[in-house]
Amino acid sequence: MFEDVSFLASMIDLLIPGSGSGKAIMAAVLLGASCGLLGCFVVLRRVALMGDAVSHAVLPGVVAGLIYSAERSPGVIFLFAAAAGLLGACLVRLMMFSTRLKSDAALGIVLATFFAFGIMWQSRNQQDTVGVMNFLFGNIGSIDASDLRMMLVTTLILVVTMFFLRRPLLMMSFDEGFSRGLGYPVKILNGVFYFLLTFSVVVALQAVGVVLVSAMLITPAAAAYLLTDRFERMLILSVVFGVASGISGGLVSAEVNGLPTGPVIALSATLLFGIIYLLAPRHGVLSKVARTLRRGMRVRRENTLKAIYQIHEGEGFAHEEVSVLMLARKRGQTEEKVNKDCKALLSRGFIEMAEDGVSLHLSRLGWKRAMEIVRNHRLWELYLTNEADYAEDHVHEDAEKIEHILEPGIVRQLEQHLDFPELDPHGKPIPQPAHLVTQSSVVPS
Amino acid sequence: MKTLEYITLPWDVLGLGALWLILMAFFVALPCSQMGSFLILRRMALTGDAISHSVFPGVVIAFFITGDLASPWLIVGAGLAGLASTVIIELIHKWTRVKQDAATGISFTALFALGVVLMELLLGKNVDLDLECVLHGRLGLLLEEDRVLLFGSLVPMPVLVMAGVAVFTMLLLGLFFRVMMLSSFDADLAASYGYRPAVIHYGMMFVVSFIVVAAFQAVGAILVIALLILPGAAAYLCTYRLKVMLAIAALHALISAVGGLYLHVWFNSNMAASVVVCGGVLFLLAWLLGPVDGVVWKWFKDEPPALEESSDKVGNR
Repeated sequence: MFEDVSFLASMIDLLIPGSGSGKAIMAAVLLGASCGLLGCFVVLRRVALMGDAVSHAVLPGVVAGLIYSAERSPGVIFLFAAAAGLLGACLVRLMMFSTRLKSDAALGIVLATFFAFGIMWQSRNQQDTVGVMNFLFGNIGSIDASDLRMMLVTTLILVVTMFFLRRPLLMMSFDEGFSRGLGYPVKILNGVFYFLLTFSVVVALQAVGVVLVSAMLITPAAAAYLLTDRFERMLILSVVFGVASGISGGLVSAEVNGLPTGPVIALSATLLFGIIYLLAPRHGVLSKVARTLRRGMRVRRENTLKAIYQIHEGEGFAHEEVSVLMLARKRGQTEEKVNKDCKALLSRGFIEMAEDGVSLHLSRLGWKRAMEIVRNHRLWELYLTNEADYAEDHVHEDAEKIEHILEPGIVRQLEQHLDFPELDPHGKPIPQPAHLVTQSSVVPS
Repeated sequence: MKTLEYITLPWDVLGLGALWLILMAFFVALPCSQMGSFLILRRMALTGDAISHSVFPGVVIAFFITGDLASPWLIVGAGLAGLASTVIIELIHKWTRVKQDAATGISFTALFALGVVLMELLLGKNVDLDLECVLHGRLGLLLEEDRVLLFGSLVPMPVLVMAGVAVFTMLLLGLFFRVMMLSSFDADLAASYGYRPAVIHYGMMFVVSFIVVAAFQAVGAILVIALLILPGAAAYLCTYRLKVMLAIAALHALISAVGGLYLHVWFNSNMAASVVVCGGVLFLLAWLLGPVDGVVWKWFKDEPPALEESSDKVGNR
């Protein structure tokens, strides 16, 4: 048994690089991996700032470790710090359960009070606690072989635990009550989760400092969250981002003289997040803006079609053509704008322009779409007045929005439900695009 | 007689200085407590955290431009950086599905890291913006600061400045109380009355940045979070009424200031941290014995505590 352990230890020692910068980069990689993994859960559970609270709450533990361990052994300090962090995490949970305070307030209270207590204690024993500042601001260059060994072991434990518990932990992240219903030991799982979180935060502290632990936890995971909807992929991406920012941060700060490693790692993680924030295919800002613009343009086109139909309807379908001027008056917009809309409709084959450019008529496709929109609008108005007891003069606004997004299936259901009505609540006929082909009398050809 | 000595000790040691220390701590804690109460109601308690960490790059850039640590531009730079962090938070959580807490974490860590890197790049090693001061604040050094003659007594300059900040905040609160109350409880209703939510949000964030920056120099970056959150949270556990809550928060600020001084003198510990620890003890009392949410009363009544009310339910906004 002992041989096994010593064999394992020597295996671990083999992995540890000799040079200082090699150690720093390996530390960054390990941190990126472990924080990236945990970060996914932290971000999904909406306790992103738990890491921040724990990292500040360890201060009294660090101070106690520095004062009470005779030769300032890192192991003892680590244990004291972890104990303080765990106590803080427990208090946050307790406060959230037993009062009306929300998680943000509970986290803030624990964070600040523990930290203040640590500072107060430290200010009484200044000679014993010289190392506190190093611990608080972190220095990845000062990490030695024993620290690295500890990081390696905690990362291994973390990865293995996460691998075996990923399903229950995932379930719990989305719905704690449901996973309790499924019979998972939610309390124990929570305990395990916060235990792991505290340990990795304390390990990460000496490398990147109190503040930037949060960057390691949150930023890569949030970036991964924007790229995928699948949890396994999010885990992998988050670890990749964490490791990548660790390596690039380590390299950049080694290249540029005097740049501190922790902040550079945090900044490269943020840069990565920024790029993904803008460019992510589905959840990115640019694609969202593009989607909104496209939708806005489609709504505009459809409203123009509807206006053309209403002009025809107002004239009792007597004329074949509609002039741009009439359309502009109907839409309440300038001729220029309406001309632009007409061009968009023309290029999609909804309308045909006359030679002179001042009048236009709907194509067959245009008639169909215009009738669909008007029908959607009037069906919805009827539905709201008949089934939802809306007043007649309150239904227009709502229908104005929904007419563009009603799908054929729902329209069919509405028709059936309303027993194939012919008039809307205002007494106007509901057009039937399905009859377009047969009832040519309604539509001037 | 022993007890009496404990009570008179600060006055014996510091004389009138004890009064200045109490006043200073109170003037720092009072505006924080009032704005913090609203932050608690709006579930933005950790925005204070974000702002106080984010002011760093603003200070560094302003210092790089002016080259003067005492320049008022430093405060402007800090305020702008604090505001920038709230803008980044909004940009992230309004536009993507990343939630507010994660957005807060991304924003303040990025700005803080930027501040550290800028400090190294622009200022090098020759000037260090005192990290010790960032953590501990200068409250303990109050009695060594410049003094101004006012009404026949020498008042330390920072006390006057903070008194100004406190009065300014209370004035704003008096003017905008109804708007802030309405928008904190029902943002949609406030919007329907014509109060722009964005204007209220950024207005409040600006005031919080301003207060944080002013308080920051006295108590340090992290302890200012405590002054923002603790009074409001303690008061929240004692009442259902906003005006009462604000009054209790102010009382909490006063008691922490006085209690902090005593802790400071008794234990010879850092003054700012002592104020916060005293506030923490008061919060603990409210948690246990608060008329509305006290754990002890619930225990006696044999009522199960309000389980799960906190986490995932639909917000009240």
